[in-house]
This record gives sequence, structure tokens and C-alpha cells, in this order.
Amino acid sequence: MNFEFSEEQNLLREQTRGFLKDFCSPKVVRASLEANGPFNQELWRKVAEMGWTSTVIPEEYDGLGLSYLELSVIADELGRAMAPLPFSSSVYLATEAILAQGSKAQKEAWLPRLASGELIATFAMAENHGQVSPKNLTTTVTNDKIHGTKTPVPDGDYADLAIVVTQSSKGDGASWYLVDLTQSEIQRAQVRTLDPSRSHAQIDFNGASAELIGTDGGGWAATQNLLNRAAVLFAWEQVGGSDAALEMAKEYALGRYAFGRPIASYQAIKHKLADMYVRNTLARSNCYYGAWALNTNASELPIAAATARVSAIQAYYFASKENIQTHGGMGFTWEFDCQFHYRRSKILAVNVGSERQWQDKLITAIEQTSAA
Amino acid sequence: MDFNDSKEEATFRNEAREWLVANAPTAADLNGLDDMGQAKLWQKRKADAGWACIRWPKEYGGRGANAMEQVILSQEEAKVKAPNTGFFSIGQGMAAPTMMTWATEDQKKQYLPKLASGENVWCQLFSEPAGGSDLAALRTRGVRDGDEWVVNGQKIWTSGAQYSDFGILVLRTDPNVAKHQGLSYFFLDMKSPGVEIKPIKQISGASGFNEVYFTDVRIPDAQRLGEVGQGWQVALTTLMNERASIGGGGGGAGFEQIMKLAQQLNIDDKPAIEDKQVRANLANWYVRQAGLKYTGYRSMTALSRGEIPGPENSIGKLVGAPLTQDLASFAIDLMDQAGILWSPESAELENIFQSAYMSIPGLRIAGGTDEIMANIIAERVLGLPQDVRVDKGIPFSEVPTGN
Ligand SMILES: Cc1cc2nc3c(=O)[nH]c(=O)nc-3n(C[C@H](O)[C@H](O)[C@H](O)COP(=O)(O)OP(=O)(O)OC[C@H]3O[C@@H](n4cnc5c(N)ncnc54)[C@H](O)[C@@H]3O)c2cc1C
Ligand SMILES: Cc1cc2nc3c(=O)[nH]c(=O)nc-3n(C[C@H](O)[C@H](O)[C@H](O)COP(=O)(O)OP(=O)(O)OC[C@H]3O[C@@H](n4cnc5c(N)ncnc54)[C@H](O)[C@@H]3O)c2cc1C
Repeated sequence: MNFEFSEEQNLLREQTRGFLKDFCSPKVVRASLEANGPFNQELWRKVAEMGWTSTVIPEEYDGLGLSYLELSVIADELGRAMAPLPFSSSVYLATEAILAQGSKAQKEAWLPRLASGELIATFAMAENHGQVSPKNLTTTVTNDKIHGTKTPVPDGDYADLAIVVTQSSKGDGASWYLVDLTQSEIQRAQVRTLDPSRSHAQIDFNGASAELIGTDGGGWAATQNLLNRAAVLFAWEQVGGSDAALEMAKEYALGRYAFGRPIASYQAIKHKLADMYVRNTLARSNCYYGAWALNTNASELPIAAATARVSAIQAYYFASKENIQTHGGMGFTWEFDCQFHYRRSKILAVNVGSERQWQDKLITAIEQTSAA
Repeated sequence: MDFNDSKEEATFRNEAREWLVANAPTAADLNGLDDMGQAKLWQKRKADAGWACIRWPKEYGGRGANAMEQVILSQEEAKVKAPNTGFFSIGQGMAAPTMMTWATEDQKKQYLPKLASGENVWCQLFSEPAGGSDLAALRTRGVRDGDEWVVNGQKIWTSGAQYSDFGILVLRTDPNVAKHQGLSYFFLDMKSPGVEIKPIKQISGASGFNEVYFTDVRIPDAQRLGEVGQGWQVALTTLMNERASIGGGGGGAGFEQIMKLAQQLNIDDKPAIEDKQVRANLANWYVRQAGLKYTGYRSMTALSRGEIPGPENSIGKLVGAPLTQDLASFAIDLMDQAGILWSPESAELENIFQSAYMSIPGLRIAGGTDEIMANIIAERVLGLPQDVRVDKGIPFSEVPTGN
């Protein structure tokens, strides 16, 4: 039994945490939130220099060729720091999409630039409120020209490239297209969201050029597989955030006095924090399993991903809301940082599909496994 | 990251499996024996071959194995159809580690091998009507008389007292000092004159635990563990091992079983498993159960590396018991109006949830209630302050009492 990170991976964690402490303090998160503008470009440059954007990209495409365990460690720490970066869009989604479905030429064209961080890419799926399905997709491609509207697209306001989920040409499923977002046949505008420290956009495609990636009609299966992989990494960000929220609540509770003693000495607060600890621990252990499945491409990935995802959504929501509660009136102020976790937990909870959807996927995956 | 055994572990697993498969009792072996008889037969067979209590030193009936080997043996034993040896878990899991730490060498040699072989069954005489969560508030008195102690009072909730040969016991030997300071720890022969055992009927209908009355019972001073007045410290050795040995089990009523049930039953003329609310609930239980399982894997990894598992280990019962309770309650609802039907002896799918429903309330209380477990996590894992106490520093005899 070796269900733990290796010494080198733990060392990477230390480095990553130290780096983010120096360069991604809550002040940096606040600056992004208050600027309500694009991401922190300086931080992105530094992160790319550290090689994080190239972690799992094979060496032949200028990546580091490391494993998903290393990427899990980085995701955990980025989540803890609530980094205001397009990391999930570019790394967990777009890079993974190209790795999974790209032709050799497409990989050669895009992966080295994604590895170096000079290029930022995203995955465009949602078409306004409600769950996307192959039946209700309205974005279409005819003669390699794309039409339709995607919103909200994470980091869509400044990404250079998008993998867009569209209707298939026969209208019987979905396809993926690579779209250069700098074309003039594209209008994009930032949309307002619950968490301005991670920007999102509406993108209107008015006949811009698009290149098929993967097979026509194979886009829905590819999407499911991609989301399973990304879900594990999103879950790591969520448990990182959950632990940070618990620590924040604990620090405050130890220092805040009411009725002559620290509020941390009242059972209502003690048991609340114990409950956070329990939920965080369960979610983290499920993330370990998710990381193992992702890293070994195990047939258990659909179950492992959904398990990590559901418990991480629940843990972060709980920790972020009860962290505010523990802070009393202060937790509700703009000045305090509690809001960051509360906002981020919701963005992460819906970005690759909401809890309800993943609960359903989990049971489906279990049914399929036991039927097989 | 992988789930593979190390080379040594794999060798051990093979050896254990081979022995278990070759030696697990057959139906003929067990014919005519009651549950205790079956358990004793199997335990003895294991002990004779060196497969009982394997972490203990050889001279006390064990094998000198490491913690990971214990885990592997349990995994392999679960795969063969062997009698349930739960009768011995209090003795082997709590009394023995306490003896190991506090008894004399002669006592260890005398008592531990018979504990390992199942020849002697032990029980834990800690809780009292006035001392449960607040164990140190216990009142059963021990008064010294030469080389003996004379015991008067009452214990309650003593699991297995009715079939036990020995018991571990905490007594108040000095009521005029602060409550934790006035305790001493003993073990005694349950057949001693003056010990009276009365079964307590549980809400499940079973009678697993008892009231135990002491009237002028005499215990040799040589059976005291630790110094006079050191009983609380000795009791902590027992309690630490208790928390490690109680799981969150629900008598086989878990996710797999409710999944099966939901596939068999209908809601609105379709399999219940197609109902979205059913799916959401099942998913929530699955992820909690999985979280416990993988938390266990993390602890095992620490054991496998020869390290002490982190505090994440302490959540088992606190998560497992309420989870099983909710799951069982929902399963009963799924059976709709007939969900109330229950044959307690039956192991059929339609009966295990009612059995769990009626037994889990005890598990949320035994060995530290949910509230006490939450306090332990808050204080020992998170480092939050202890509860304010109004009984600190005053003689036990002056501490306020209620009903
Ligand atoms: C939107 C809003 C509007 C408000 N408007 C007004 C107003 O108009 N006028 C006004 O005077 N005030 C107002 N307040 C202040 C409000 O009454 C306080 O915020 C509230 O009483 C909590 O006090 P606190 O913020 O100091 O938190 P604290 O008292 O520090 O509490 C922090 C945490 O500790 C817990 N806690 C504290 N003591 C105990 C205990 N004994 N046992 C268990 N848990 C405990 C609390 O439940 C909380 O979770 C407002 C607050 C808000 C959020
Ligand atoms: C099935 C079963 C088997 C048992 N087997 C044994 C055995 O073999 N040997 C033995 O010695 N004992 C045994 N026990 C007893 C068990 O250890 C006690 O029942 C348990 O410690 C709780 O004590 P109590 O019943 O006196 O409840 P109380 O301590 O009176 O608790 C009542 C309620 O108050 C809460 N409470 C108490 N103190 C606090 C606090 N400080 N903060 C917050 N809440 C608090 C509790 O959580 C509980 O909800 C068994 C119990 C059960 C149910």
C-alpha cells in the first residue's frame, strides 16, 4: 500500500506553497477582485516560469513530462491560495483537451506554446443558464466557420484560443473545434460573476474560422472524459481552499473573545470546526483516489472523479460558509477575506458542472461498473 | 501512488491466505456449536498456529508482527468464511494493551496467552449511572483492607459481562481529592463472590450489555494496575485503544446494499434507482463511505512505512455511525408502507436496514458519543481550548450532581 505522495512530491508542495505565499498573498487576490479586470499577468508569467503550465505535457512538446500527482499537488496549493489565474482553463481543460483529441499537427502547433504559458487557452461549453446537452447545443460550424454564443466562458475575455463544444455536422451529437479567439469575426465581453477574481466572458462567434479537433460527432464522449479528468484537478483546488478556510476560521476563533473567553472554547464553534475537519478529510482522501485514477488512466476514473468532485464541492461550500459564520459580523464585511472562499467555492462548484449533475454521474458510473 | 504490497507484505499475505484457506473451520467442524463455541474453536486454532493477536510478542501468545501485517491478516480473514470472533475484541483490543503497559511480567505471562487463544473472555467495567461521558465521575467505591480491596457499587452498560471470565475495572478509592485523582484501576475474576450481573434489554430487543452490582467484592491488591490514585492514567491507555478498535459498521447495511435495494424496488412504476432524489442521496452516502475507505488507506500507508497514522484516523465512528443511520432510515422509506416489517434474525436484504436502524443509536453512544468525539477532534486535532469545567480542583465529594 502506497497511498501517499512521494518525498519529491512533498518537496514540490513546499516549494509551491512558499512561492504562492510570496507572490499570491490574499492582497493579490483582493487586487484582482477589486480591479474586476483581467487576471494577474505578472503572476501568470512567474507561474509559467516555474514550469507549472507544462507539468504533464510530454517532453516532445516542450513540457516537463511529469505526472498528474505533481499536477494534483500544484492544484491543491493554487486552490489554497485562491490564485487569480486562468490555470484551470488553460491547463486542466484546454491542454488536456488537446492532449486527448489533438492530431499530431495540432499538438505541435499548440502544446509548446501552452507549456511555456505564452498562450492561454480555454474550454467553451456553457450556453447561458441550464445544463448543456448534445440536444440543446446551438453553436454550429458550417464550412469551418463557427456561429453561436457561449457564456460564461472562463477566462474567455483574454484567452488566445478556445476549444468550443458545438453541434455535430449531422446534428446528432457534439463536436469540438479549435478557435483562435483573436479573429475579427469574434466579439467578446467580460460578464459579471460571483467571483470577479476569476474572469469570465460572453463570446459571440460570427463566422470565425474553426478547425475540427477529434472526430465530428465524437465531441460529447470527449467532453465527458475531459470533464472527468478536470474534475479531479478542480477537486484538488477545492480541498486546498477548504483547508485554508478551516485554518482561517480556527485562527480567528482562537483570537476572538466573547463572554470572557475565546469563541473557540464554545462547543458550537468547536463542533462546527470539527465538522469542517471531517468533511475536508473525507474529500481530501477521495482526491487521493481521484489522483491515482487520473494518473494511471484507470477504468475507475469516472467513479473516482465524481466521488472526489461531489465531496470536494460539499466540503468547500461548508467550510467557506461556516468560516464567514465563525467570523461573525466581520465575516460579512468587504474588508475581510472570508468572502474570497465563499465566492471561489461557488465558481469551482459549477465550473465543470454542478453537484447535482455529478451525483447523477457517480451513480451512473457505479451502475455501469457493476453491470460490466 | 499504488495499492500494491511491498515484497515483504506480499509474502506475508500469501502465507496468511494459505493458512486461512487451509484452516478456516468447515461446516462439520462447527456443527452443534453456538456462536461462542464457534468463536472459541476458531480463535484457539489460530492461536495454536501463531495467527492470533499477531502484533503481540511471541511470549504472550502473539507473533511479533507489525501493524501492516495485522491489517493484511484482517483483510485476508474477511475473505474466508470464518466465525465472528467479536466476543474477544474488548479483551484483546482494550484489556490486553492495558495489561501490556501496566501489569507485572508474571501477570502478562499468566493472562495474555489465554486472552489471545480465546480461552478467557474479558469485559470492560468502566461506565456507571453517574459516569458515562464523564467517566471520571464514577462512584463505585474501593476500600483497602490489608492485601485486598473491598468493592461496593454499580457498573452499567457492561457489554458481554454475562459470558466474561475477567473484567477491567475503575474504582473510586478516594472521594476527598479532585475527581481524576481519586481513582484506581484493577482487574478481577467475574466469578468473585458478590458480583451480580443483570442483563439490560436494548431498544433492538437484544441484551448485549448489563448492569453489574458489587456487594463486598474482594479483589487482591496484586490485581491493581498502576499506583493507587493513578487509575485515570491507566484508564486512558484503555480508552485510546477503544477508539482505535471501534469502527462505524452497520451490520452489513451500507452503500452496496441500499444500491441493490434501489435496483429491486419501484417508485412510480420505475426502478427506484432511476429516481433523481434516490440517486442524489445514494451518491452522498457513497462519497462519505469512500472517503472513510481512502482515509483508511492513508493510515495504512503510514503503517506500511513504519510511521504513526495522522489524526485523520479519528473520524471513523463519527462519520460511519450517523451515515449508516441515515442510510438505513432512507432504505426503510424506500420499502414504503411495508418498510416497518422486520424479522430481527433475518439477514435478508429487506431486513438488514431495520436491524441497523435499531442498533446504530447504540453505536453513536458507545465508546464515546458523537459529541465527545467532536470535542476530541476539536481539542486534540485542531488544538482548540478544552471546555470550561466547573468541577476542576474541588474534592469529588463536593462536585454538583443531577439525575
Ligand atoms: C448585516 C448586519 C447588520 C447589522 N446591523 C446592526 C445594527 O444595526 N446595529 C447593531 O448594533 N449591530 C448590528 N449588527 C451587528 C450584529 O448584531 C453582530 O454582528 C452579532 O451580534 C454578532 O456579533 P459579532 O459580529 O461581534 O460576532 P461574535 O460575537 O464575535 O461571534 C463570532 C462567532 O462566535 C459565535 N459565538 C459568540 N459567542 C458565542 C457563544 N456564547 N456560544 C456560541 N457561539 C458564540 C457567534 O455565533 C459567531 O459565529 C449587524 C450585523 C450584520 C451582519
Ligand atoms: C451499545 C453500548 C455498549 C456499551 N458497552 C460498554 C462497555 O462494555 N463497558 C463500559 O464501560 N461502557 C459501555 N458503554 C457505555 C458508554 O461508554 C456510555 O454510554 C457513553 O460513554 C455515554 O455515557 P452515558 O450513557 O452516561 O451518556 P451521558 O454521558 O450522560 O451523555 C448523554 C448525552 O449528553 C452528551 N454529553 C455528555 N457530556 C457532554 C459534553 N461534555 N459535551 C457535550 N455533550 C455531552 C452526550 O454526548 C449524550 O448525547 C456502552 C454503551 C452502549 C450504548
